[in-house]
Amino acid sequence: MKHVLGAVCGASVLLAVPAMAETTLTIATVNNGDMIRMQGLTSEFTKANPDISVKWVTLEENVLRQRVTTDIATKGGQFDVLTIGTYEVPIWAKKGWLVPLANLGADYDVADLLPKIRDAVSADGKLYAAPFYGESSMVMYRTDLFDKAGLKMPEKPTWDFVIDAAKKVTDKSAGVYGICLRGKAGWGENMAFLSAMANSYGARWFDEKWEPQFNTPEWKTTLTTYVNLMKEAGPPGASSNGFNENLALFNAGKCGMWIDATVAASFVTNPKDSKVADKVGFALAPNTGLGKNANWLWAWSLAIPAGSKKTEAAEKFVAWATGKDYTKLVASKEGWANVPPGTRTSLYQNPEYLKAAPFAKMTLASIDAADPNKPTVKPVPYVGVQYAAIPEFQGIGTQVGQQFSAALAGSMTVDAALAAAQTATEREMKRAGYIK
Amino acid sequence: MARKSTTQRVVVSTIGAWFFGFLIFFPILWMVLASFKTELEAFAIPPSFLFFHWTTENYATVQERSDYLLHAMNSIIIAGGSTLIALLIAIPAAWSMAFSPTKRTKDILLWMLSTKMMPPVGVLVPIYLIYKTFGLLDSRIGLVFILCLGNLPIVIWMLFTYFKEIPRDILEAARMDGATIGRELVYVLTPMAIPGLASTLLLNLILAWNEAFWTLNLSTSNAAPLTTFIASYSSPEGLFWAKLSAASTLAIAPILVLGWFSQKQLVRGLTFGAVK
Repeated sequence: MKHVLGAVCGASVLLAVPAMAETTLTIATVNNGDMIRMQGLTSEFTKANPDISVKWVTLEENVLRQRVTTDIATKGGQFDVLTIGTYEVPIWAKKGWLVPLANLGADYDVADLLPKIRDAVSADGKLYAAPFYGESSMVMYRTDLFDKAGLKMPEKPTWDFVIDAAKKVTDKSAGVYGICLRGKAGWGENMAFLSAMANSYGARWFDEKWEPQFNTPEWKTTLTTYVNLMKEAGPPGASSNGFNENLALFNAGKCGMWIDATVAASFVTNPKDSKVADKVGFALAPNTGLGKNANWLWAWSLAIPAGSKKTEAAEKFVAWATGKDYTKLVASKEGWANVPPGTRTSLYQNPEYLKAAPFAKMTLASIDAADPNKPTVKPVPYVGVQYAAIPEFQGIGTQVGQQFSAALAGSMTVDAALAAAQTATEREMKRAGYIK
Repeated sequence: MARKSTTQRVVVSTIGAWFFGFLIFFPILWMVLASFKTELEAFAIPPSFLFFHWTTENYATVQERSDYLLHAMNSIIIAGGSTLIALLIAIPAAWSMAFSPTKRTKDILLWMLSTKMMPPVGVLVPIYLIYKTFGLLDSRIGLVFILCLGNLPIVIWMLFTYFKEIPRDILEAARMDGATIGRELVYVLTPMAIPGLASTLLLNLILAWNEAFWTLNLSTSNAAPLTTFIASYSSPEGLFWAKLSAASTLAIAPILVLGWFSQKQLVRGLTFGAVK
């Protein structure tokens, strides 16, 4: 009997080995708060899927982009799930680098994704990435400083109002600056803000024939307004300020207004990090009455590279991390205010979320106001609000960003910066074969 | 009078040396200080130097979020392994070039150095494809190999200059006394070359420890050393300076301690050459 039992046990162990064989997913991501939270909650996913284990690779945004691009272009197969932005999705989908996400499960509810965000991560009507959190940009302002100056922020402010208010709120002797804006060079830094601002002034990156447009009066007005506004009402050394520097300034109470990513709203209203948490109001990004606001659209999304050999497990993970149940999981563990924002309609109909996140309404309105397929007043041949979704844009955007940052720092005039931007962009576009 | 001016000169040069020493050390000090600040204080303008709310919260967060020991172990294996293999190849190479040079020795030395003149990103895709084919991506052996190749020219050059300074007469005298090549190597040459070998080893170890291009691009999780551990703390959206500083302090600590204890050897090797 003993022998029989032993044999049965042995056989069952042998049989169990292949059944327990684990699929290990390698997931590449960036070090943003929501992604860190997702890493922390991964055990819930592996508990529900014991045959899958997860390894995280967290990298700095630009390093990640380079790392992932090398791997995907050489079909290295090192990653099974990638965190990418709306800029990469249409380009990579066109190259056949991403797996279309057709099997996310019956209860995934693709129709619940916010239409603008869904468009931004789709190509040819197919979903190529699942949005993890979405963002636009908006005005965050200090209600106490506005009250003191006798100002009332409209829900849809114009640039004229914002400029006037910035000057009135500025009190340099007290270390308070009317407005904080991005100045650090980079296609995802100052150019994200300036491209969106230019859209509201009727400017565009390229005309219908891909001719660069920096020699137009619209761009001149945009850059002149920006440089003059920052000189009069901006903090010193603004040409080296990006998202994080401005976040620190705003949280320390040094900015009257800050126009930046909607995701910042949860940081500036968090009393643990912000000295002004209870004194912040929100409004749509400014306009000039031409029909476009100065706000962008972005979504950090999860995608599966074509080189992955574990597509099925990867799809399970993507569906889990971007599904409705994940939202509930975060809410139950860390509260509704910490739920990843900007991806699902149902979240903005949830009274508990609306109560916990005072910025929710304005975030949704901002996302709705951006249109990546029609980003500008005049027609354009590209997709993308604060970028043009072509592979060359990263390089061009950063070169132009350096010129504009120099104009802000005062080491170059606005005219010279625009001329240099025009020359550099023309050269790159000729080299890439868009224009002759 | 002459004595006074000498004392003055000593005082001035001591102050100058301390000043420049502090200046060079300051970024490291600042990083260590920032690692004990809160994120808001780390970003504060004007920055606070010593009077802030000291906290070890960042170290706790870093420990909780990352597997420091795995990364540190990878760094030790990769930096140590690549250095040892590089020395094993470089010692005979430098030896033969120093003691029995040919017409082409100088050209070979220059050619070796020229491989360092191209930026590594220029060969990223071919190397990546080779590594993919041989299954070396995200493996320690792959990183040991690439770092060894990358540092080999420098190691050979350094050893070559040290060996070159050893007078042939001493070796010949040993041979006259009946020493075999093995004995000559172990009892005569090695003791004379120790400062040079030690400083080459240390410098190469530091270079390999800090190498951040290949280690970031050819590793994902299993073989990821401390450079990727640091890189994971930079954030596009969210304050990260304090946590990044804590991660960096932890990452440089082992090599800093090693450098501290071996600074005598390092300085001697770098400044005096082999036998002076």
